[in-house]
Amino acid sequence: MSDLPGIHLVLFTFLAVIAIAVIRLKDLFAAVMLMGIFSLLSASLFTVMDAVDVAFTEAAVGAGISTILMLATLALTDSEEHPAHNRFRVVPLLAVLATGGALVYATFDMPRYGDPSAPIHHYVAPHYLEHTDDDIGVPNIVTAVLASYRGYDTWGETTVILTACVGVLLLLGGHAVVERFRRTTPGQEDGE
Amino acid sequence: MLDLGLYNYWVVIFLMMTGLYVVISRGNLIKKVIGLNIFQVSVIMFYVSMGKVRGGTAPILAEGIEVYSNPLPHVLMLTAIVVGVATSAVALALIVRIKEAYGTIEEDEIRVVEGEEEAR
Repeated sequence: MSDLPGIHLVLFTFLAVIAIAVIRLKDLFAAVMLMGIFSLLSASLFTVMDAVDVAFTEAAVGAGISTILMLATLALTDSEEHPAHNRFRVVPLLAVLATGGALVYATFDMPRYGDPSAPIHHYVAPHYLEHTDDDIGVPNIVTAVLASYRGYDTWGETTVILTACVGVLLLLGGHAVVERFRRTTPGQEDGE
Repeated sequence: MLDLGLYNYWVVIFLMMTGLYVVISRGNLIKKVIGLNIFQVSVIMFYVSMGKVRGGTAPILAEGIEVYSNPLPHVLMLTAIVVGVATSAVALALIVRIKEAYGTIEEDEIRVVEGEEEAR
């Protein structure tokens, strides 16, 4: 019990329970709402793991925007999963169990939770911790790394978001544009 | 005695496999996107839990604090969360278009409709 405080234990276990509940639900509306709770729970877990920036991003984006997008999709499609297509399949379960077993075996070589001597804490992170105050002058190191040290990453991220926006607009709005084009030029349709 | 220092990794693996199982075995497209979301949260959880230092605090510089958790995984996972929402938005838009074109979001029904169209 020394490595992992009780609150982490409880939150991690809750997360696993909710994941099981989500995959068992046939009602997609309830599943989407549970995913909102799942995101909020993971946000609280991020808070206790000292990742406050990740926590509020997850709470805003994961529990907020993601849920709204899902609900909008449900409104435009079906909100019920057809049970007939949901029969139990053995092969996926075996594949998942084998992969999970291999991964669990691999964890025995991992550093323990919160171990300060883990390799991850001895490469670039100490440099950021020491030099942020002089280089950038922002108290929040995550902000400093995000916007300055690794600014190109953030630039790439915004490029991905732009691409996704264009994709969604073309997928959902493009249809109306094509329809309008067809209506104004009726002769074109016979040629296809 | 059971070593709980690895419990976080085990829960992460459990969540990851749950998401993977949903993606492989469920035919409903929205359920698949939910599975992908669970998978994504598990990866984020993995990185953030590796960045935790015992006795450390959030990486915000303040007087009198010596130990900070590792800020680098937090930065990388901030990017991952936002990119993940962007990709699932595209996936959901595709599902809406599939519903318009085929009238269903169940994988095997889509296959049936496609087979009928080819037979015609």
